[in-house]
Amino acid sequence: MALDRWIALILLGICVAYGYTAFFTMDAGLAPFMKRNPIWPSTFPKVLSVLGIAASLIILLGLEKSEAKEAEIDYRRLHEYKLGQALTLLALMVAYALCLRPMGFIGSTVVFLVAGSFILGERKWHIMVPVALIATLVVWYLVQEVLGIYMRPLPFFIGG
Amino acid sequence: MLEGLLIGLQTAFSLQNLLMVIGGCLIGTFIGMLPGLGPMSIIAIMIPVAISMGDPSAALILLAGVYYGAIFGGSTSSILLNAPGVAGTVASSFDGYPMAKQGKAGKALTIAAIASFAGGTIGAILLMIFAPMLSRVALAFHSAEYFALMVVGLSAIAAFAGTGQVAKAMMMTVLGLIMATVGEGALFNLPRFTMGIMDLQSGFGFITLAMAMFALPEALFLVLKPKDIGSGEGEIKDLRITRTEARAIAPVIGRQSIQGFFIGVLPGAGATIASFLGYAVERNIAPKHEQEEFGKGAIKGLAAPETANNAACTGSFVPLLTLGIPGSGTTAILLGALIALNVSPGPRLMVDEPQIFWAVIMSMFIGNLVLLILNLPLIPYIAKVLSVPRNFLIPFILFFTLMGAYIGQNNATELLILVGFGVCATALKFADYPLAPLLIGFILGGLLEDNFSRSMQLYDGMSFIWERPMTLGLLVIAVVLILLPSFRARRARARAAGVADGD
Repeated sequence: MALDRWIALILLGICVAYGYTAFFTMDAGLAPFMKRNPIWPSTFPKVLSVLGIAASLIILLGLEKSEAKEAEIDYRRLHEYKLGQALTLLALMVAYALCLRPMGFIGSTVVFLVAGSFILGERKWHIMVPVALIATLVVWYLVQEVLGIYMRPLPFFIGG
Repeated sequence: MLEGLLIGLQTAFSLQNLLMVIGGCLIGTFIGMLPGLGPMSIIAIMIPVAISMGDPSAALILLAGVYYGAIFGGSTSSILLNAPGVAGTVASSFDGYPMAKQGKAGKALTIAAIASFAGGTIGAILLMIFAPMLSRVALAFHSAEYFALMVVGLSAIAAFAGTGQVAKAMMMTVLGLIMATVGEGALFNLPRFTMGIMDLQSGFGFITLAMAMFALPEALFLVLKPKDIGSGEGEIKDLRITRTEARAIAPVIGRQSIQGFFIGVLPGAGATIASFLGYAVERNIAPKHEQEEFGKGAIKGLAAPETANNAACTGSFVPLLTLGIPGSGTTAILLGALIALNVSPGPRLMVDEPQIFWAVIMSMFIGNLVLLILNLPLIPYIAKVLSVPRNFLIPFILFFTLMGAYIGQNNATELLILVGFGVCATALKFADYPLAPLLIGFILGGLLEDNFSRSMQLYDGMSFIWERPMTLGLLVIAVVLILLPSFRARRARARAAGVADGD
């Protein structure tokens, strides 16, 4: 089965779960006076779930014939692209999210930018480190001083 | 109108707003040049900065400047590298790149700049004429008509965005609407679909979603399949065009400004469709000997898409400012930014906040002029951005994407949500699901439900559909818009099969 149909299957599951909640569980705790209203909190979701199920079934069952288009990236040959780099960068983003508060903005951002360039194959440390450091300090200054949004600059153990 | 113009001039010519236009245009031009980064990604990255300014006029002026700049920058990389930074400038590379290869890069950039300026300026004049007219008509609309109009807008977006694959675009629109229902709605004050998670009480963050849908997948695609971001074809010199050339492109610019503008007004048909259509129309109406030049470096072939895409960008502001309905992914992001700034675009915008409405229009004129004056002599230097190695560029794009989501919500959890949604969006992109309808659905979801619920309450049920002829008419149009592409595709297939059978 092609990827778009697998995705349609997942979306169908989401719409069924959404519809089940809208049709069967959502209105259970509704106040009696609201039940006399023509519109309930579940009314719009009910309509959406029906539309979503219909659209996902059309894709899943291949009812709409479309011409095959050449994709920018062929997911069947994903291993031929720089998949390792992409996945490592995603992991780096997750690590950045987790470290931003405890490590402070400056440290985590410098590490993120240097590590990002390193993952992509850059080895000129004398350029990577100063560029990352200057960019980090400039962004921190702009966000903190110009936009007035507080970002802890230093790690928690230094009292940042 | 004169009073409005004066208010607009006063607001747009304040020092802060002038700096916003100039800064926005320059930032947009720089980033728009980089292949793989479209205006949606750039605007998504700039939104937190715009919102944190707190002034809706300044924010919208900055974002509009970034939008024009990005389209302009996209043309530069199309011409110099045959690597369009933006989908709307793909058609510009058909003749722009051959011109650059013939050593006429400077001339091609000048034609692009003049055509963009003219398209944007004529578009802004048409916006000044048509927006107030449409606003007056829209003031007579009730919630039922609004609901129906939004359904028409969403159907048109699904029909256009998913050319040949309407079901996928419709699925994405519905998914966006479903995501909009998560959290505490304004109408019922009841948490819905939160699964007991506190962070979902206020729903999904619009900025996070915009970043995840556009900026992150684009950056990941750049990592997976590196595009050439090498230096251009040598030095850019001789930016002048001759009088004969100017006379040749003048009628093209006139025609395409009007055509591009009206294509931009249609929901779903943005700069990309306008530029391709502009190119096709000019090639078809050109004399036989000129037709053969198209694709080999014809100046008309460059002027047409360049004019049309800028006029379409301006045209896409008409439904946004007068009806509060975004016609494209980019204007959807702008609508989200306005809502975040407590401004409700729509027919009341002109009446309640004329300084915002007119300042935006005035800033369009200023922005186009800034792009022409500032960028033309600076283009050879700005084009140096194309030589930034991707090893440095991509980490910065990812960093600004993360920062955008973090600044928007001031919450590190938002970054994890961004990565999660970004991976999902990339998978959807692999399978050719259009992402713009999802974001438009998400942004319009709340408004759509509000108007639907209000109509239901007023009419004590669904009777508003058949009791209000305009509502019924609009809903019929929406159904036709959804069914028409499938019908036409089926007919084309039947005809092709007939030809194949020797019919």
